Amino acid sequence: MSTQTTTPLAMQATGLTKRYGHVVALDGADFELARGEILAVVGDNGAGKSSLIKVLTGATIPDAGTVFVDGAEVHFKNPLSARLAGIETVYQELAVATQLNIAQNLFLGRELRKPGLRGQIFRQLDKSRMRQQAADHMKNLGIRIQSINQKVETLSGGQRQAVAVARAAAWGKRVVILDEPTAALGVRETNQVLNLITRVRDQGLSVVLISHSMPDVFQIADRIHIHRLGRRAVVVSPKTTSMSDVVAVMTGALPADAVQSSLIATDAPPKPAGH
Amino acid sequence: MQTSDRARTDTGQAKIDAEPAGSPPAGLLAGLRRAATGLFAYPVTGPLVALVLILVVFSVTTSTFLNAGNLSLIFQQSVVVGTLALGQTLIILVSGIDLANGAIMVLGMVVAGSIAANGDPMLGMLVGLAVCIVAASINGLIITRFRLPPFIATLGLFTILTAAARLYTQSRSYPINSDFMTILGEGPSFGLVTITYGSMLWIALTLILAYALNQTAWGVRVYAIGNSPAAARLNGVNVNGVIFSVYALAGVFYAFAGWQALGRTPIADPSGYQIANLDSITAVVIGGTSLFGGRGGVAGTFIGALIVVVLKNGLTQAGIDSLYQQIATGFLVILAVGADQYLGRGQRA
Repeated sequence: MSTQTTTPLAMQATGLTKRYGHVVALDGADFELARGEILAVVGDNGAGKSSLIKVLTGATIPDAGTVFVDGAEVHFKNPLSARLAGIETVYQELAVATQLNIAQNLFLGRELRKPGLRGQIFRQLDKSRMRQQAADHMKNLGIRIQSINQKVETLSGGQRQAVAVARAAAWGKRVVILDEPTAALGVRETNQVLNLITRVRDQGLSVVLISHSMPDVFQIADRIHIHRLGRRAVVVSPKTTSMSDVVAVMTGALPADAVQSSLIATDAPPKPAGH
Repeated sequence: MQTSDRARTDTGQAKIDAEPAGSPPAGLLAGLRRAATGLFAYPVTGPLVALVLILVVFSVTTSTFLNAGNLSLIFQQSVVVGTLALGQTLIILVSGIDLANGAIMVLGMVVAGSIAANGDPMLGMLVGLAVCIVAASINGLIITRFRLPPFIATLGLFTILTAAARLYTQSRSYPINSDFMTILGEGPSFGLVTITYGSMLWIALTLILAYALNQTAWGVRVYAIGNSPAAARLNGVNVNGVIFSVYALAGVFYAFAGWQALGRTPIADPSGYQIANLDSITAVVIGGTSLFGGRGGVAGTFIGALIVVVLKNGLTQAGIDSLYQQIATGFLVILAVGADQYLGRGQRA
């Protein structure tokens, strides 16, 4: 995957700054996301995780700093421009319409119309094509459901979140950002969603996982971005850094240079993302 | 769809989820509720059963109700409220409500009537249509731009437009002499039965709107917005744009309703149709469209409008005072909204 590209990074940001009055939400934050990896973003409440994600998804325009997608500088004006750049986000609140069925949810806002006059003049939806594509997509991601025509209200919380993740994976050409996707779920459902996230990664997408749950993070993350006081403290690998050390850096009990950094140097030759 | 191989999935989870939602009394009540929920999963079932029941009751209790002439009359009496209710359905589907629709229709009628009185009925019709669309769009604008609750916005417009229609006409009414303006009251007759062009128009408009709601992306988005505006917005739907389009399009239906009204009674009267707004809401709610938005449709509204009119007509046939008719309609609304609340609970997460 990285052979034909000049940078191993799907997304990068340098020196992001965002102030709200006297409050500094982002204080020169850096960010890097390798292709095909799951990067967890962790940090204490108020560390600036949300502000970072809002900049990366176009929801906030930073006061200073630069964002790169596939090595090219981008300037997102709104969430739509981030979306057009291939970055999809699954928000904390379950962003599904419960009265619509699974296929309708997957295609909401991007519906397919029938070819020819029926589509162009009468604006008729191509329901069978959408159903077929949605079913194939859910199958590829290993999401097991009874019928693609089920209303989402008939699904469990974990299945609903799976639909939201599947939707993001379907439309995200490069990056899928997940904001606390398991916060509202039980243990078993959390595992199902975590497995789904790894399958999304295995399909070649890059995943950013914002989470408060250290077990979740250590279960699936390839690298962990620790955010503290409005900037990136360090990026570590869950293989070389313990859960307690990550928490210690998060809270400031341990200095960031006391743990082994897993940063990918931007001038280094491309290398496969760490698994 | 290749679903058979995963058909057995996750039923265990569904059970786990259902448990905390289940209420203590359980037993018979829960069983009844489950049965009712299953039956009402097909949304037109409830209204249709209610309509049939009411028809049977009036057929048995009165001698004048069940005959072809009266049934034909009921259909003709339904077209105005039925057409208004089509616009109202759209608005309620996006969790809105329109208290001004009768006033908008009447304003369109008197403007059209005044221009027709000066000798140009065609121009009158076009200006009347424009008045309805503009007035309904003002509703949409206030609700989407200034974020006022639809109830307040349309209540304000209702008062304003009712007064405006009277000021415009100086409380006079305009008799309509144009054949074209009253044509919807005409139609082929078969003995006592007259199938008016207005009835045909009502059916056609219902079918067109049903198509738009069920077969186009716009329709899916209308349901999505009524269901969860946040989810629709997060998924890239232009929520305010769709809501505005709903109000503006409702104006077109109000204009058609005004044309229907001139076919029924060829007078453009500024003091007519004062509770048409409530009748249209009643028709929509009885027709099974949820006041919370996102559930229901125009097929139910079609039946709902018939129920409203059948109830009035039947009670009149039974010799019951019109004040009691209003009481009966009020009970029906409360019953319908109550059923919506009760059956819908637990489905909205």
